[in-house]
Amino acid sequence: MKAESKKLAIFTTKKILKLICLMAVVSIASLWLVDQSPIDPVSIYIGAMSITPEQKAILEEYWGVNTPAHEKYLNWLGNVLKGDLGDSLIYRMPVSDVIKERFTASLALMASAWLLSGVLGFVLGIVAGMKNGTWVDKIIKTYCYILLATPTFWLALVMMLVFSVHLGWFPVGLGVPIGVAAEEVTVLDRLKHLILPAIALGLLGVAPIAMFTREKLIEVMSSDYVLFAKARGEKGFGLVLRHGVRNVALPAITLQFLGFSELFGGALLVEQVFSYPGLGRAAVEAGIRSDVPLLLGIVLISTLFVFVGNLIADIIYQFVDPRIRQQEMEA
Amino acid sequence: MKSEVMTNIIDGSGSEALLKVRDLSLSFFQYTSGLRQTELRIISNMNLEAYSGEVLAVVGSSGSGKSLLAHAILGILPSNSRLSGSMEYKGQSLTQEKKEELRGKEISLIPQSTTYLDPLMRISDQVTGSVEKKDKGLMRERQRDTFQRYNLRPDVGKMLPHELSGGMARRVLVSTALMSSAELIIADEPTPGLDERSLDETLRYFKDMAKKGCAVILITHDIEAALKISDRIAIFYAGTILEEARIEDFTNEGENLRHPYTRALWNALPQNRFQKMEGHQPMQDELNGGCVFFERCSIRTEDCSKDIPQLKRIGEGLVRCNNVS
Repeated sequence: MKAESKKLAIFTTKKILKLICLMAVVSIASLWLVDQSPIDPVSIYIGAMSITPEQKAILEEYWGVNTPAHEKYLNWLGNVLKGDLGDSLIYRMPVSDVIKERFTASLALMASAWLLSGVLGFVLGIVAGMKNGTWVDKIIKTYCYILLATPTFWLALVMMLVFSVHLGWFPVGLGVPIGVAAEEVTVLDRLKHLILPAIALGLLGVAPIAMFTREKLIEVMSSDYVLFAKARGEKGFGLVLRHGVRNVALPAITLQFLGFSELFGGALLVEQVFSYPGLGRAAVEAGIRSDVPLLLGIVLISTLFVFVGNLIADIIYQFVDPRIRQQEMEA
Repeated sequence: MKSEVMTNIIDGSGSEALLKVRDLSLSFFQYTSGLRQTELRIISNMNLEAYSGEVLAVVGSSGSGKSLLAHAILGILPSNSRLSGSMEYKGQSLTQEKKEELRGKEISLIPQSTTYLDPLMRISDQVTGSVEKKDKGLMRERQRDTFQRYNLRPDVGKMLPHELSGGMARRVLVSTALMSSAELIIADEPTPGLDERSLDETLRYFKDMAKKGCAVILITHDIEAALKISDRIAIFYAGTILEEARIEDFTNEGENLRHPYTRALWNALPQNRFQKMEGHQPMQDELNGGCVFFERCSIRTEDCSKDIPQLKRIGEGLVRCNNVS
């Protein structure tokens, strides 16, 4: 027990240090990229309008065009340490508020896609593994290979064309209906707007988890303990449920958590296609229009998001799975 | 013609055997270099009889395919294997369907190590096995009784396989066989790495099972362990049985043993003459159609290299040799 708590302490310390380093590196890199970008935020902001040099000077001051990058970063860092992420230049409101609003929308999208891909992928993987070598297995495998080769944005576009434009089952885009006051938007409205992007994003996540589950199940089903279970009269689906699913579930869930980065990346593209008002779209906007505080804020939150996914996977791996503990004890 | 002779030999022994294995051959298909398929023979023309109330030891060197014999009887061989010959259980043909029906009920396997336990399932659930809801209480009770008999603390039931010590694991594996009312128990290499005391204790469990009326097949590489508790010993060599002898025949200089290999094996034991045997057991691809023991045999004749000798009954035992009578 004592060894366990010591291990936990070391684990926690290591992870926190890692997170701090990661965030520092990622924020510096992002700022450097924005600084190197040839985009002039002021000219994008004013567009085709003509302005006086005085007005231009004010705008340049506002966008911080002439402030050196390291000074910008240190200012920003000082504020962040005080708990202030600054104000978004394009939305003209605190970055924390923008992120809160956008992240909630994205979270709903990513969570439903994540669950969809996890459940569907796992079930398909179990079926394929059980029917290893039969035509059912071949169909599922082919489906997975096709999915793996499909670009996210393309699938999203095709789905939008088929289900929104031609069949008219779902709205073409956005997160809420147009022309309806914010207070009148119902949960159903939001759901309707969520379904198609969530399916598009979720379907793409099916392939890796299904292939992994299939491999793992085949491995488990050829293990000694399944052989022994057979020798004791267990068979068919009961056997797969009792020993197969039990032993495959944990590694599959771990993999699903490790997929947070792909999930976030996919969400960015899908939100773009569906004009879904999530964090991904805000990130694209912030990048294109040089909204440094917002971009850095989003970078931090997405780093944290992916980090948490990996962390959960690590925890499952090191603390929950008894097989890993066993290996450690033997070592 | 051949099988008729066999029947006569085997049925000559009086009481009916619970399990009869006749002319069993087992081979595997393998792909070697590209798409060429080769057949690898593991067991050939194997004959066995297991009687209720007796321990039959099948002794052979490690890695010679003895475990596959157990898997063949239980019908859990991999799909790339081919089995021929016949098996009879209680006088009825033991087909694959029959095996599936009987395994876990009347026929039990005691596996060789904890890798045969589900790493993520609590011991008590594994020992009771997959049971219907209505039987659950009964099986739990039976499991607790068995644990008590085998000196396993009640909290062992809550453990996971990796938490068991070697001795505990052994007793847990043995106790799985007692959950059903098994009549035929096949113990596959149950004694490796046990110290003297645990070894005797484990062997006693098997003897007890036999005393209660089970037929026990003890598959082992350890002839000394087999000598301690068996009623009959079958010597497994190069995929077949060379001799089956009653335990009483293993005395003095082995003069009652019929096959030269069995005699050499007996005399190689430290407490006997501690005599080294020359040569090695042939691999399946080194066999050339004659007696499998030809290369190392001291009493071979020219005929021995032509055909595999038939198994014949001499006294109380069976032997596969041309030159003994």
